[in-house]
Amino acid sequence: MNLRRTLSLVTIPLLAIVLALIVGAVVIIASSPLVSGHLDLVLPLRAYAALVSGAFGTVNGLIQTIVSASPLILAGLAVSIGFKAGLFNIGAQGQFLVGAVAAAAVGAGLAHAPAPVAIGVSILAALVAGAVYGFIPGFLKAFTGAHEVVTTIMLNYIAIQFVAYLITGPLRATGATFARSPSVGAAELPVLIGRNGHLGILFALVAVPIAWWLLYRTTIGFEVRTVGANPDAARYAGMSPRWIVIATMTVCGLLAGLAGAGEILGITGYMPAGYSTNVGFDGITVALLGRANPIGILFGGLLLGAMRAGSNLMQIQAGVPVQMIDVLQGVILFFLAAELVVRYVFRVRAARAQVTELQTVSRSYGQQTTP
Amino acid sequence: MEAILDLPVIGLILQFIGYLVQVVVLNGGLIITLSTPIGLGALCGFMNERSGVVNIGIEGMMLASAFGAWYVASISAGFLPDAAGPLGFTLPLLIGLLAGLATGVLVSLAHAWLSITVRADQIISGTIINIVALGITGYLALLISQSSPRSAGNLSALNLPQPVTDIPVLGWLLATFLEHGPITLSMLVVVVVLQVLLYRSRWGLRTRAVGEHPRAAETVGIDVIALRYRNVLLGGLLAGLAGAWFTIEYGNSFQSGMTNGRGFIALAALIFGRWTPLGSVGAALLFGLADTFGRAIRQTPPAGDLGAVLGAIPPQVFAALPYIVTIIVLAGVVGRSIPPAADGQPYEREATAR
Repeated sequence: MNLRRTLSLVTIPLLAIVLALIVGAVVIIASSPLVSGHLDLVLPLRAYAALVSGAFGTVNGLIQTIVSASPLILAGLAVSIGFKAGLFNIGAQGQFLVGAVAAAAVGAGLAHAPAPVAIGVSILAALVAGAVYGFIPGFLKAFTGAHEVVTTIMLNYIAIQFVAYLITGPLRATGATFARSPSVGAAELPVLIGRNGHLGILFALVAVPIAWWLLYRTTIGFEVRTVGANPDAARYAGMSPRWIVIATMTVCGLLAGLAGAGEILGITGYMPAGYSTNVGFDGITVALLGRANPIGILFGGLLLGAMRAGSNLMQIQAGVPVQMIDVLQGVILFFLAAELVVRYVFRVRAARAQVTELQTVSRSYGQQTTP
Repeated sequence: MEAILDLPVIGLILQFIGYLVQVVVLNGGLIITLSTPIGLGALCGFMNERSGVVNIGIEGMMLASAFGAWYVASISAGFLPDAAGPLGFTLPLLIGLLAGLATGVLVSLAHAWLSITVRADQIISGTIINIVALGITGYLALLISQSSPRSAGNLSALNLPQPVTDIPVLGWLLATFLEHGPITLSMLVVVVVLQVLLYRSRWGLRTRAVGEHPRAAETVGIDVIALRYRNVLLGGLLAGLAGAWFTIEYGNSFQSGMTNGRGFIALAALIFGRWTPLGSVGAALLFGLADTFGRAIRQTPPAGDLGAVLGAIPPQVFAALPYIVTIIVLAGVVGRSIPPAADGQPYEREATAR
């Protein structure tokens, strides 16, 4: 990849971020009467300053940024590997949840086992649970043609109910003041760095090069990308789009499940019934920001991780609710999709006509044929 | 008969069917009420997809409209008189309803612009709408809740006179279909109107042509871009209606993420209904039934063995029922249900094609 191409790849995401910060500032100003009682023109500056200092101002803040980024990177990979095969995996959320609950369940069962065994088996359980949850929409897509966008969203809602059932029912810890699973004890991930820089951050850092290698240096990666670019050509070349779709969705689920294990074993140590997370949807933003490229996802994940890590300080110091991050993300996404606007505003010339992953997912929607 | 009912499996199935009929008869009105957002959402999807635009963003459009309707109604309740007119309409509620419709149109304008003019991927565009709507309404609702806003109340259902509802069978039918708030009633009207227009009007013919083969449609002088814009915006009106249902008809307050996937279930209803208005609303009724059934089991559980069996099933299974039904429907029906051929394909005019 030469410098020119790299530059053209990062220009649009960077400009989209800049535009989003501007729009975000307008939203903050417009809603400032609700925050500080009057129209406050400098509130966006205070909010952004707090955001940055929360994310990068201290060593612990910096570590928190990396800790928040790691599940986002894994979820981003889970979405973008799907993109490569022409699939839109909106189900990272559900895959994350079943992975998390599997890690919590097995971890609680092995709470008194030797730590390496407990950790290893819990993570394995999360990988398997996530993979199964990714396999379902993959299988449905390949053999019945049910579009993965709708089935994965439905599976997200089913996962919420499934987790609620497990945690309020069979998995409920006795004696806890609220519904939650028992502590994972020995399966808790060791802290490597700072206050809470747990082992899970390595999962993400290892997954990125592996994903890159798999996608760009192996036969299966080539097949995945071929199916994504043109399923018919892939079929004529003797590949089986069906199995590629299933395998891809399974791997996507596996990655999201791993992210779930990292959160439970590394941060909470148990699974609460109302475990609320946005990791799956943040993963979509990360994947689009990183242009479905593993290296890009690393940076996209770090950016969003920084926003999540800094948002608490933003709420405390500037009074702007952490939900502002969701708004910013949405606006970033909007400008990423509307490349045309970004190009117009900043007078950036279009790169050569190229088929990007981001423009090919709805192709399969109209035909609804089995791949 | 007693003997059959004693047989373990067959007896249970018969009891189950009996209970299902009982739920439908006793809660017919609730089924229609609960299927309203799904039905209206599916009609919004119908308007989009028949003209060749995929709309995954119905959920976000509904959520934004639910917020818009509620917020504007509650603000105007602060200084406008709230004397109730027919169907519980007060001035604030009327303004709220209009605000909900306007929000729906505004959000769908963003979708139309992204997917028709910019030719961005339509599924990505819809997903963005969902994420932005969830983020911005959650953000604003949190800020607003700090000042504990007053509620503008909600619309009330049509009340048929006693003698009418006392007529056997017909009375039940009338009560089931007509004793609803204005938004639910409007769905029942809109679905029939759209069904007729689709197959009997110039607009319907053109919409179908643009959804199947836009290039051919353009060669006979139909403005594909304009028609798609108009249909997507009209669809936004329906999504706005669906959103307003949440906050000014069925309920009277806004909670973050309150649409809870109804917009996605609407998509499944559209597919199950084979992209026709009557079919989609019929499918929406099926989802309304699944929802109603889950509630009925909690409130009036059946007696006997069936009650014991159903009682042993955790409540979360019934909460997940609409979503499970959606997946089964999609897996079972897709392939036999054929979408408009140009669904999801951005259209480029020949003159501007590169």
